[in-house]
Amino acid sequence: MFDLLFERGPDGLLYIEWLLSGLGWTLALAFFGWWFAFAIGIVVGVGRTRRGSLIRPIARAYVELFRNVPLLVQLFLWYFVLPEVIPTAAGTWLKQIAPPWGAFVPALACLSFYTAARVAEQVRAGIEALPQGQSEAAAALGLRPGLTYRLVLVPQALRMIVPSLTSEVMGIYKNTSVALTIGVIELTAAARQISEATFQTFAAFAWATVIYLALALVAYRLMSVIDRRLQIPGLSSARGPVRRRQRTWNGLNLGALRRVGGAS
Amino acid sequence: MEFDTSIIWQATPYLWEGLKFTLSLTAAAFAIGMALGIVLALVQHLELPVFSQAAKVYVALMRSIPLIMVLFWFFFLVPIIVGHLTGSSRPVPIGANATAYITFGLFEAAYYSEIIRTGLRAVPAGQNEASRALSLNVFQTYRLVILPQVIRAASPIILSQTIILFQDTSLVYVLSLTDLLGAASKMAQINGRLVEMYLAAAAAYFVISLIASQLVEKLKRQTSR
Repeated sequence: MFDLLFERGPDGLLYIEWLLSGLGWTLALAFFGWWFAFAIGIVVGVGRTRRGSLIRPIARAYVELFRNVPLLVQLFLWYFVLPEVIPTAAGTWLKQIAPPWGAFVPALACLSFYTAARVAEQVRAGIEALPQGQSEAAAALGLRPGLTYRLVLVPQALRMIVPSLTSEVMGIYKNTSVALTIGVIELTAAARQISEATFQTFAAFAWATVIYLALALVAYRLMSVIDRRLQIPGLSSARGPVRRRQRTWNGLNLGALRRVGGAS
Repeated sequence: MEFDTSIIWQATPYLWEGLKFTLSLTAAAFAIGMALGIVLALVQHLELPVFSQAAKVYVALMRSIPLIMVLFWFFFLVPIIVGHLTGSSRPVPIGANATAYITFGLFEAAYYSEIIRTGLRAVPAGQNEASRALSLNVFQTYRLVILPQVIRAASPIILSQTIILFQDTSLVYVLSLTDLLGAASKMAQINGRLVEMYLAAAAAYFVISLIASQLVEKLKRQTSR
């Protein structure tokens, strides 16, 4: 299995370099896709919780649209359909982006918007799990809704949902593999090319699999470190899904209320 | 460019054939995945030596690598394994469709098993003790008492996972199978109308998934009451 890595391919490069190049594309898609998804996801997730404004149904429509169409179909819409339905000049410009960027850009856009819908749902769950008193207290301090979200609700919600965001991080690096269908030579595609060039299918796939496993482990570790760093003090025992934390919150709340009641 | 709906109507019979394959693949993967998923979950829950560790590794492996990679693996491995089992000296191809059924079933089993395992942990110990008091054996306890409760409680999550499965079946595109997306893509190559074909496929997936997910939401509200 190790021999394969140091054999030279038809282009003069070692096969390990093919794999690393594939890994590079996978990481680039996952990394940049994640930050776009995170940014859009927060905006849409906040929109989902705004009562009585037009943003709410729009945010809901966004989430339903991007969650109910398969990722691969979305990718084809970005790659094949979008350049045809926008004004001709823009479409031609999109189609003329030089390879490999011509496939990378639609793949990145696709992964970002798809993952954003999933992040949005987590952000919404996080905000809804916060006690009502948080936004009421912010309003009492004279914060406008925008500042309430920016300074009070979103920071707390984000710190609470780190464990559920872990699975979205794990999702995005796996989902990068669909980009091979439009010609991005990411890790899975690189493994398949090596298998086609050498007929050593087992070794080629095994190396790609090992790399994916390592990525999963790194992503998982990284997210648990972030979770530990960002945990809200006093809620530190509550590791796990939002629902469990919600109960802790309610418990804290009830306790506080009882103390207030006793004092009066 | 003009958007031509008549193109979609002309292609409908072919897309319908694709959709039928997508649905049958979803149904088969659901059946295989649930059956194997229950076994994987029970083996871990009962902490059977060796089997429990093997199940854990299997589930972790399936959940860490992309489904497309798993599809490639199975298309490479299944003929070799079948060849081994039948004592043939060379790999025996069993057809792309059959391999897709097996792959999705085995892959989804990992996800269903995690759902069921979480459900099993939530069952109060009293259920087990009461079953033992009624002198049910382990097999009867799980079949008659524990699993029906777990599956009912977890049914919204199981069904949500099945909607994801329905969408994931579109990945058989990489094996050139004719599911809904495959049919749309092949039609697009014949008539050159990519826009209409892909939008039609997207609309079909969207409508089916949206209706299904709304039903699951309704079920969730009912069960949580």
